[in-house]
Amino acid sequence: MTATLEVAGLSTHFFTRAGVVKAVDGVSFSVQRGQVLGLVGESGSGKTVTGLSIMGLVDRPGRIVSGSIKLAGQELVGLSEKGWRTIRGRKIAMIFQDPMMTLNPVLRIDTQMIETVLAHADVSKDSARERCRQALSRVGIPSPDERLTAYPHQFSGGMRQRVAIAIALLHDPELIIADEPTTALDVTIQAQIIAQVQKLAAETGTAIVWVTHDLAVVSGLSDRLAVMYAGRIIEEGPTAEVLTQPHHPYTAGLLHSLPINNPRGQPLNQIPGSTPSLLRLPPGCPFGPRCTRKQHDCTQAMPPETQGANGVRLRCYHPVAREGAMA
Amino acid sequence: MSAPKYLVDARDVSKRFSQEPDLAQKVAGLLGARTKRIVVHALDHVSLGIAEGEVVGLVGESGSGKSTLGRIIAGIWEPSEGEIHFAGRPRNELNDTQRRAADLAVQMVFQDPMSSLNPRMHVAEIIGEAPEYHGIVKASETAAYVADIMQKVGLDPSFAERYPHQFSGGQRARIGIARALAVKPRVIVADEAIAALDVSIQAQVINLFMKLRADLGLAYLFISHDLGVVRHLADRVAILYLGRIVESAPADELFNTPNHPYTVALLANMPKVETGKHAFAPLEGEIPSPINPPSGCHFHPRCAHAMPRCAEVAPKLREVAPGRLSACHLNDGA
Repeated sequence: MTATLEVAGLSTHFFTRAGVVKAVDGVSFSVQRGQVLGLVGESGSGKTVTGLSIMGLVDRPGRIVSGSIKLAGQELVGLSEKGWRTIRGRKIAMIFQDPMMTLNPVLRIDTQMIETVLAHADVSKDSARERCRQALSRVGIPSPDERLTAYPHQFSGGMRQRVAIAIALLHDPELIIADEPTTALDVTIQAQIIAQVQKLAAETGTAIVWVTHDLAVVSGLSDRLAVMYAGRIIEEGPTAEVLTQPHHPYTAGLLHSLPINNPRGQPLNQIPGSTPSLLRLPPGCPFGPRCTRKQHDCTQAMPPETQGANGVRLRCYHPVAREGAMA
Repeated sequence: MSAPKYLVDARDVSKRFSQEPDLAQKVAGLLGARTKRIVVHALDHVSLGIAEGEVVGLVGESGSGKSTLGRIIAGIWEPSEGEIHFAGRPRNELNDTQRRAADLAVQMVFQDPMSSLNPRMHVAEIIGEAPEYHGIVKASETAAYVADIMQKVGLDPSFAERYPHQFSGGQRARIGIARALAVKPRVIVADEAIAALDVSIQAQVINLFMKLRADLGLAYLFISHDLGVVRHLADRVAILYLGRIVESAPADELFNTPNHPYTVALLANMPKVETGKHAFAPLEGEIPSPINPPSGCHFHPRCAHAMPRCAEVAPKLREVAPGRLSACHLNDGA
């Protein structure tokens, strides 16, 4: 079966006056129908640019320099703007961290939702309106008829994010890119949104790429997990496998630094240093300078991708051994 | 006189924010129209004390009033009702010298270092300005004092002449902490101080907070929405919901045996790494607006255990076990 999304060797670089920023550098992964991929990384790791590349939304000075992005077998890299208009919003939709990125503050909800429907479907305005009403009730918005005539500022943060999700779902897309959609929300509202997305993905078979910095959020949501560092995926595999047996020292370090994995009141196992600037990457493995397992070969060349046991892919010369991974 | 129980102590504090009527409303008022002023009850009779060297975690969602309480305890805002006691004496009855000492003893660290650090001052000025002004150090010794504090928070003193934008997020958080430490406080109010940081940097800053506490005997009011972090750091935890404390208890007890249904729901909704893929069972409903909070217990429209009485009478915050306070009618029968 063809994967819904197949990304191979994707490199997106930004050509700035200060030099070439390799925001995404040789990233490969695939997402099957109805699956959720958690794309995890810190700021500057390239997770958002990966999402934008899939949406065809990378602006100058950035561009995709190599690689391929296939949506259900169809190549998206190099597509014309006209071609993109049949994909974006219909086959791939995006949910942003701030729903006000999606919503126009001076238009009523019905105006912007009906516009989205009519952009891709040849239907009457009335049936478009009905579709919008159904979409709102599907994401758990009470009294959708009244809410359709409201303006975005009349909604709470959680409700705005629901509207953004409803818009993303209008055309039953094959793929949704969700870029930190719950980061700005409160704990109880975050749980509501995740539950909703989880239910909808299961019902509609939509594949989801969930971009986040929060391991805890994706651990309960995703089927597979890809950890990014300095523009590369350094570890990818089934979520349970990656979280219980992390092989890359960075993944292991992140998990060990969480308060829940440390005795209460004791110092946390911190990763020293900070993420490197993409303009001045260290030679070899970019995590090398912060890594406790670094040896001479790490400073020579970027570790190649290796296929480990249990479907895990890894970029490390000296991975954490299976035993004692979570000691 | 015996030593007071708490170093800083908010007693029965309320804070209301109201919108000043604009010109149109004033004219309408003169013409006899009935205009209602919008009043937000940010805090509603809240009491919370911080003992010498203690870490108190303050948890709540947006609109719960946690930042308002932090700012009142730090002396940035005055409460509408109630008093703040410092070392057992009402802060408003202190003379000027005592008041200044009390204000300096409680310092605040903010969430976003970029909006709380002056971008046009270099780090030496940001850290050195207050202690020099308040006569904690002589002007000639400020440079050495700043270097010493920078070292304490893990910043290289040779960066003293740099500007905030030249630092990374984690380093900026350290600058904010250094500025607070420079006036030798005894309590630090940290308002979401690590929320904006990357995961690997969060652990570093949490460790810094713990080290400073051990080295300097500091007390913290640690305001956060991140229950995992609060559990790790705090000795005692208070949970705020729409301007009222619904539960407060020693951290271990609160996390192991939560009493209030809201605390139970918060803990259940907290994402955890170890659980693996599972179906989320969220708490229904929105956080109500503090302009028009629900009657009785503010939590009753979302509560699975709500009884008719919950909509009528607000439950009192009372002791349910030694050192444990909870405001829920479910405790009345027991």
